[in-house]
Parts: sequence; C-alpha cells; structure tokens
Amino acid sequence: MIIKKTSFFSLLVLIILSSCGGGSGDEGKFKPQKMLTFEEAVADWKNQKGIGPIKSIELGEFDAELAKKGEEIYILKCTACHTPEEEKLGPAPQGIFKRRTPEWIMNMILNPEDMAKKDPIGRGLLMKYNTVMANQGLTEDDARAVLEFFRTLE
Amino acid sequence: MRSNTTIFASLLIASAFIYTSCGNGGNGGGALSNAGVAEKVYVAPGDYDQYYEFFSGGFSGQVSVHGLPSGRLLKIIPVFSVDAEKGYGFNEETKPLLMTTYGFVPWDDSHHPKLSQTNGEHDGNFLFINGNNTPRVARIDLSTFETTEIIQIPNSAGCHASPYPTQNTEYLVAGTRFSVPIPQADVPISSYKENFKGTFTFISGGQEPGSMDVAFQILAPGYDYDLAHSGKGVSHGWSFFTSYNVEEVNTLKEKNASQYDKDYIAAVNWKKAEEYIAEGKFQEWPSEYYHNYYDDHTHTATSTLKKGVKVLIPSECPGLVYYLPTPKSPHGVDVSPTGEFIVGSGKLSADLTVHSFEKMLAAIEAENFDEVIDGIPVINFDAVVAGTVSSGGLGPLHTEFDGRGHGYTSFFISSEVVKWSLETYEVVDRIPAYYSIGHLSIPGGGSMKPWEDGKYLIAMNKITKDRYLPTGPEMAHSAQLYDISGEKMELLLDFPTMGEPHYAQGIHASKIIDRQVKFFPLEENNHPYKALTEAETKVVREGNEVHIYATMIRSHFAPDNIEGIKVGDKVFWHITNLEQDWDVPHGLAVMGAQNAELLIMPGQTETLVWEPKSEGVYPFYCTDFCSALHQEMQGYIRVSPRNSNIKMSWSLDDDVFGD
Repeated sequence: MIIKKTSFFSLLVLIILSSCGGGSGDEGKFKPQKMLTFEEAVADWKNQKGIGPIKSIELGEFDAELAKKGEEIYILKCTACHTPEEEKLGPAPQGIFKRRTPEWIMNMILNPEDMAKKDPIGRGLLMKYNTVMANQGLTEDDARAVLEFFRTLE
Repeated sequence: MRSNTTIFASLLIASAFIYTSCGNGGNGGGALSNAGVAEKVYVAPGDYDQYYEFFSGGFSGQVSVHGLPSGRLLKIIPVFSVDAEKGYGFNEETKPLLMTTYGFVPWDDSHHPKLSQTNGEHDGNFLFINGNNTPRVARIDLSTFETTEIIQIPNSAGCHASPYPTQNTEYLVAGTRFSVPIPQADVPISSYKENFKGTFTFISGGQEPGSMDVAFQILAPGYDYDLAHSGKGVSHGWSFFTSYNVEEVNTLKEKNASQYDKDYIAAVNWKKAEEYIAEGKFQEWPSEYYHNYYDDHTHTATSTLKKGVKVLIPSECPGLVYYLPTPKSPHGVDVSPTGEFIVGSGKLSADLTVHSFEKMLAAIEAENFDEVIDGIPVINFDAVVAGTVSSGGLGPLHTEFDGRGHGYTSFFISSEVVKWSLETYEVVDRIPAYYSIGHLSIPGGGSMKPWEDGKYLIAMNKITKDRYLPTGPEMAHSAQLYDISGEKMELLLDFPTMGEPHYAQGIHASKIIDRQVKFFPLEENNHPYKALTEAETKVVREGNEVHIYATMIRSHFAPDNIEGIKVGDKVFWHITNLEQDWDVPHGLAVMGAQNAELLIMPGQTETLVWEPKSEGVYPFYCTDFCSALHQEMQGYIRVSPRNSNIKMSWSLDDDVFGD
C-alpha cells in the first residue's frame, strides 16, 4: 500500500529533520533500544507482554459463553489464515498459553503492525511466516472473547 | 522564463522548509513576500489540509476532491461516468446507478457540486451534483465518498440550474437549460414558440438516503433556465432561476437570443407550491423516470422505474412564480448570506444587478407588475432592484460572499475577480485570474455562514494556456487560490484540476473527518452472493451461468484454482474482501475480461462478469498492492471446450472441493 511507503518516507524525513535539530533536549528520543533476539524472547516468553493497549490481564474463571462468542469472531475474522489446530498461513492457536502470555496474544490481535516491527517475538514470526498479520479491526472486547475461545484449545 | 520562476519558487519553498525544520523559531518569512505566500499554502508531509474542496469534473462526469490550501488532489469520485479504476459502472453492483429511461447511460456532464445544508449552513452529510446532459441529480455520501443515489429528472433537458438545495435541504432544484416539447413530442423545431416549454423541478428526500423523489414540477415558458439558488434566512421558502432566450429562438442563439435588453430571474415560492399540492391543484402527468439507490449493506444498487409526476401550472396557481427583469442574459443568480440580496450577473454586461427580496415582496403586495406571461407576473424593474454594481469589468458570471459584507464576482471576459460592498455596491478591490474565470468558490460562501468569515477564494478558469508545463493541445484546467482574509486579495497558488472543474464547494475538514467509514463490518454484509469465510466459498453452476463465491485477504484468494468452466459460460466472480482494516482494498483482474477490474473495499462484496471466449488456463490476480506478498496474490481458472465433461472443482492449497 502506498500509505505505508509514505509513512516510511515520513519517518526518514523526521529522522533527518531531527538530526539538524539544534539540541532542544530531545537527545535520545530516537535512540534505538536493544531488542532481544527471537530466541531470547521466546525463552523469556512468560515476561513478554507485547506492544499495544493491553498491559495486564487476569484470565479468571473460564467463561463458556464468552468463549462461544470468541469462536464466532474467530471463524469470521481469523480463519482465512489460522486454523485452530494446524498451521495455515500463520501459526495455530492450539496450546498458545503454553508459549505466550494473554497480554501478548491480545496485543498481537489488536496491534499487529507494531508487533511485527517492534516486538522481538512478533518480528521473529514475521520472518518465519513472511507476512504481517492483518489487523482485522477487533475491539478489545472482541479480542478478549477470542482469548477465551483459545482457552478451549488446550 | 517559466522554468526559472518554477525553480525559484521551489528554492523558496525548499529554503522555507529547511529554515523551519532547523527550528530557530521566528516567523520571519515576511522579508521575501513569495516565501510568505509559500508558507500560506505549505502543508507539511503527514499534516492535513484545513478544507475539503469538492470540484465538479465537468465533462468528465465525476467529482474530484482537493485539499486546501495545498491544492493536493485527494480523490476522484465517480458519479455519472464509468470509472475502470474503481470498477464503477463495470461491476454488477454499481451498474444500476447509471440506469435511465434512455437505458444505461455511462457518461454525463457534471456541473454544480452542492453540499447539504441544515439551517442554511453546510452540515457535511452529503454532496449533490447535477448531470446536465441526461437530466439527473446524484447524491455522494460524505462518510464513504461514494455515489449512493441518482434520480433522473423527467420533463427536462439540459439539467443545468441544479441542484442548489434549500436552507434545510428540504428540496434540491432543477431548471431546464434547454426548453423542449413537454411532454416530449415529434414536432417541427420551428414550432418552438408554440410547443417548447421549461420546467422547475423540486426533488425531495435530500436528507434521507434512499428517498430522493420528484416532489413536483412547475411548467414554465420556453426560455433557457440557466442557473439557480435557493433562498435562505429572510428568503427561505423561495428559489431563484435565471433565464436567457426570452426571445424564444431555436437557432443561432448566440446572436438571436441576445436581442432583448433584459431577461428574467424567476422567483418561485415553493412553500406556496406545497400548499397547492396539498390542495390538489396539480396535474398528474404519466412521466417516467428512474430512481437508483446503492445500499451500503447489500453493497448493491437497485433501479426503480417511477411513473407519474405532479405538475403545477402557474396560470392555475397565482402567487407561485414571478419574473424579475434582469439585464443582459443573466448567468449566475446568487443569494447573499442573509438571504436579502439576489445578485444577477448579466453576462453580456459590465454591471451586476442586485435585487432586494424585501422590495420584491413589497412590489408583489402592491401588484407593481409590467405584464403577465403565461400566468407569471413580471415585476417592475425599478420596484425590485436594490442597486447596481458598476464594476468596470466585463462578462460577470458568478458571485459568492464572505462574512464581512462583500460579494466577489467572477468576470469571464475581463478575466478577474471583483470584490464589492453589499452596503454601497462600490468596488473595493480587483485581481486578475489566469485565464477566463468561470465559477468561483469561497468555502461556505454560498451558505449563510462562510467558514472563517471567508478566508480563501478559488477561481476555476476555463483557459490554462501557459500556466503549467505544456502537455499538448489540451491543458488541465487551472484553479487558483486566493487569500481574501485581508483588505486586498492575494494570489497564492495555481493547481491543475480534472476534467472541467465547473464549480466547487468547500467545507471545513472538521465537518467531514470524524464521519469517515474506514471499512465495512463483515457482520453487516448482506450481499446475496457474499462469502464471509473461506468455508463458505464455492462454485455453483446454473446452466451456462457459473457463480464463484470467493474471498480475498492478504494475500490470497480462496479458492485460487478453479476448473470446470466451459467456453460459452457466463462467469460471475462474487468476491468478498475479508479485510477489516482501513485502506486495504484488494483488486481482481482476469485476463481477457472485457470490462474492468474490481476494486473491493474491506468488508465489501463485488461482482465481475467474465465470458471466456476460448479454452485455456487464465490467470487472475490482485491489482492493488496489498502486502509484501502482493505479487503472490494470484490464481488460475481453467476453461475447457463447450462439450467438455470436466467436473467443476475448486481448491486452495490442499483443500479441494467439487461436484
């Protein structure tokens, strides 16, 4: 999409601009942070919450009704690329709680562009699957319901 | 010279840019006046313009959207003409929008984009535009920037004096630029005076999508009704139409229709018309016309043939129409923000005639009439005129207003904009236009509340000549942006426009931005041939018609291998875009398709008809660059001989289905 090229270009312009900035106390604003490697982040997955609106979430008791709703959303919005138990264009969600935190999963659904670019696991998955996951416009409530559905895929 | 100026301007812009980017504060751009001008139109990368300006595409039949003050082209909205880029008028869903009683009409001459109004102010809901050639009025929904409704105008020819909505968009109006036999009849052209008539049409439903209809028509003498404006404020309840050719000639009009010193502005009391309709004082004519409506849930337009219109005859309806004598074949008729002044621009004159609504009412009360034509009283000129603007210019056409008591009039022959006072009728400023200005536009300048009291003025020029790098015999029409916020008008910018930017209207971006639809929710897709998941995809044969229910998402089609099509089949590709993200359309192109591509918005379903003529394997692919794997978004469809017994089958990866 042209827009992505444009934003990339804008980013370049911003960087170039800031480089002649004349010291208004912004030093370090663009300093890249060291990113964990994919392997390091996967090993540390229990601490990886991802990048996005979800900072902390308690799963609580299983909610079958919410899971049912989540399954409907999953079928409509996700199955073009993800089947529950087998790898398709992206990984299968079966057993996902054994490798990702609930926060990371929801941020991946809600903020896939940033996750692919800035999150060490998200970036690694982009390299593995060769594609940025589509943002399917789920609300936080939708994503929470899908998360509940994933609890049925042990 | 020209390229030197261009380079100089670029350098100035560049230097302004570097200057600000290195941020030493200071707004000191005034030292170089051109640099100051550059700053006024410079919109930094990633920043938004302040205004949307909707330009008519004129003989392109479309509408183009530019941002102001940058002049950047934001979008072309197909309206009356097919557009292969968007599949508009080529896909099965939008074809019905272009249906008329003459059949499918894939082109028109679009003229006057007018924004919907609430309490006399632009509300940002809709844009309307008239098609002059095959009389029609279209609605563009400003939440999607798509044409969603077109109504045909019966008993009309040359739908030019349109759409000019009333104060609350109660009605859109349409006057006939070409009088014709009404109802149509096979008569000698030389019987013009006897048989030819005009009509004023009032269209209801402007604020209710899907309900546009011809509320009533008024039969009028056979003049050429050129332009219109509806009253507002004090004159709310009236609409005004200019006329020329009161001579009622039918040949060499440029000479023969310019004989009389005065023509008329018709003042129509539409509230009175409503009373007559309620009283049943109309004739019911069996006229036929089409109403076409595109539904954003079925993503499909439907055409409905309507029959019958209510026609009011002025001689049977006293007080319905009056004529205001106006010198020299008036073109524009423009109503001041308060609604009190009605400005007629006699295009063969040097002067503007300003009529007073208050004086008009008093003259009607006193029955100060010179004569009565077909039941229409002609008000005495001196009794209705409030003043004359002696401009010194030549060929006035159109006037818009700021919120500070000024009119701004375009002068075609002398190629200039003239600013004058609504209090004294004196000219207070003038500035050249390059070249031959037609309409002009002040954002909000045709409403009761010009935005920011009138900050910008756009001139739409008919002739471009040397304003840009030459591009052969035809040049893109030139628009010019002026700053009118100060005492003196200042030229800021030239920018090219699409087709003939006949007229334009602008609206502050804040009225439009927040209503934007970013994608169509899949849950609300009611298209009869949708496939909302890959599990719902299938290929269905019905005789020699084949319906493909397919989906698309970054970056594959489902199915992407199809076999079992035969030569002679009519194949319907019904494709649903499963994306639910802003600005992620996908396209569909099929080798040999004799129509166009599909360009399918996120959550939308569209249909391409394809009739393969010869056997073989045909590729199809996505046209709109969608992801890093866009090039991989492709598939194959196999076409077998007519008598082949190959079974219908379709597949994606290892999932194979079939009969």
